Amino acid sequence: MSDKIGNVWVFIEHEGGKIADVSLELVCKGRELADRLKLKVEAVLLGDKLKGSVQQLFHYGCDNVFLAEDPALEPFTVLPFAKTLVGLLKKHRPNILLFGATMKGRELAPRVASTMMAGLTADCTDLQIDDFDDKVNKQFYKDKLMQIRPAFGGNIIATIVNTWQDPQMVTVREGVMKMSAPDSSRTGKVIEVKPELDDVDTVVKVLKRVTQTKGVDLKKSQIIVAGGYGVGSKENFKLVYQLAEALGGDVGASRAAVDAGWLVHDHQVGQTGVTVRPKLYIACGISGSIQHRAGMTESSKIIAINTDPDAPIFSVAHYGIVGDLNDIVPKMIKAFKAKV
Amino acid sequence: MKRQLIVFVKQVPDTKNITGEAMTPQGTVNRSALPAIFNPEDLNALELALQLKDRYDYHVVVATMGPPNASNVLREALYRGADEAYLITDRAFAGADTLATSYALSRLAVTIKDYDLILCGRQAIDGDTAQVGPQLAEKLNLPQISYVEEVVSITKTQIKAQRAIEGGYEILESPLPALLTVIDSNEPRCSSAKRLMKFKKAKTRSELVGSNYTDAERLAEEEEKLKARGLWINEVNAADIGADVERIGLKGSPTKVKKIESVVLKAGQAKQIEPTELGIGNLIHELIQDHTLG
Repeated sequence: MSDKIGNVWVFIEHEGGKIADVSLELVCKGRELADRLKLKVEAVLLGDKLKGSVQQLFHYGCDNVFLAEDPALEPFTVLPFAKTLVGLLKKHRPNILLFGATMKGRELAPRVASTMMAGLTADCTDLQIDDFDDKVNKQFYKDKLMQIRPAFGGNIIATIVNTWQDPQMVTVREGVMKMSAPDSSRTGKVIEVKPELDDVDTVVKVLKRVTQTKGVDLKKSQIIVAGGYGVGSKENFKLVYQLAEALGGDVGASRAAVDAGWLVHDHQVGQTGVTVRPKLYIACGISGSIQHRAGMTESSKIIAINTDPDAPIFSVAHYGIVGDLNDIVPKMIKAFKAKV
Repeated sequence: MKRQLIVFVKQVPDTKNITGEAMTPQGTVNRSALPAIFNPEDLNALELALQLKDRYDYHVVVATMGPPNASNVLREALYRGADEAYLITDRAFAGADTLATSYALSRLAVTIKDYDLILCGRQAIDGDTAQVGPQLAEKLNLPQISYVEEVVSITKTQIKAQRAIEGGYEILESPLPALLTVIDSNEPRCSSAKRLMKFKKAKTRSELVGSNYTDAERLAEEEEKLKARGLWINEVNAADIGADVERIGLKGSPTKVKKIESVVLKAGQAKQIEPTELGIGNLIHELIQDHTLG
């Protein structure tokens, strides 16, 4: 292996050519890391008929795009994607490789890491460049990727370093890295790659594929009124809906409320749901488990309503109202309607 | 010989139900105060395995890697309907990250051989990484189907399964053997009372040694008795499964933990709003004034 350090790579996820937000967020983060290390940002785009999607990657900060087009790469299945990606990794040895911690990213990245014998850290919420002085093994590593993630149900934050050879691989949670504004004057180089796929790489066939568009996309909501187990019943969730409607917001939920069957998973905020950062987040009857808080603490303003004055949700709230939501929510609706 | 499948399960601290008692006065978690439980999605994987046992007459092998007391989850699997159990336990495995773990599990699978399917829960609630399943599939050179909701059908040579994708589902077809990771989409059956009465006596070798059989001959005799009654939990160490010592435990783990910080709850930041019409009216006014609302 040459001494020259490899570049920063981003695996680009897309659905029928539409690039996922998380991939653009990672291109922006990748740009930041690459500038710090004086490296290039390179994207890996796999699928079929994707030429129209490439320019956007340059606008968000990529220097180069590796583009592999093959009918076997559409729709996404793990084996041909892993084979193609591993081929590129072995040839170019990037320093860093970022994936979105999406369903696709979380099934592809470990398969690739296993072949590469590379470390992989899941669900990172922050990435930094720093030195690592491993006192236990008496090794010093310069300019490594600090892979920061919640662990142990979110009760601890761990900083993890990959000490074996590159790439340093991570999956990164959706919505945590900031997307910067695209610059349409930026250009870059497309490097076309011919995937070398054998029959063994395409043994898994997609017989049927059913997708529904999401009922609600909370990532884009400016005002979210969320309910938890304290709402008490599916019937009683109408209060939460009424407040959301009055304020012009959307309805969110804690895992407990979704598990109880009161709302579908699209509404779930937190570690196993979506990460949101609206202007206003109103938590009604949500105790505020660390998993839930992980998905909403970056909201600009948080109001917590709970009967339990010791509920952990109050620790992240800007405004706390101790009381029964059945009493408080109608008062809020009334107050808002009176003011506007 | 019956068709065979292996379910890999894990004993985990119950991180989802952290009560006040498990919190230190500093607001951090006292891990030792958390009960050890059967990882929830591994129960879903076991349930799927038992459904396949009912439908296709599979011999269900359940296996785990962990400290000696991880035999508890194996007994629990036996209560629910598993046929045979393996405990991989050895101090040499300590400190393994997901790569080293998947390698160790792959060595057991290679040792057991003759399986059609390997089932794992999607992820464990202590690390939430979801990495071991796909990595194990790669180590064994098996196709993987992640996020399985249910098995549609199995023939001699292939499986059709429904799995979740972002905003929907897919039906995938794969040749056997294959590895499936299973999500929370079935209702795990309870232990059968009859099986519980029987298998609570199931033991590993360490547990047998621990229960006062110091005489080697008596020990061998007792082991034969347990085996004959199906009450033997196979206990294997690194050497038994031919694991390369360079690839297990801390040594076999490329990721190192640089720093751990406990998440501490900082109380008393919230501005208290009186639950009265006046208090709430003032709050709404404030939010309209600063353009959060309206």
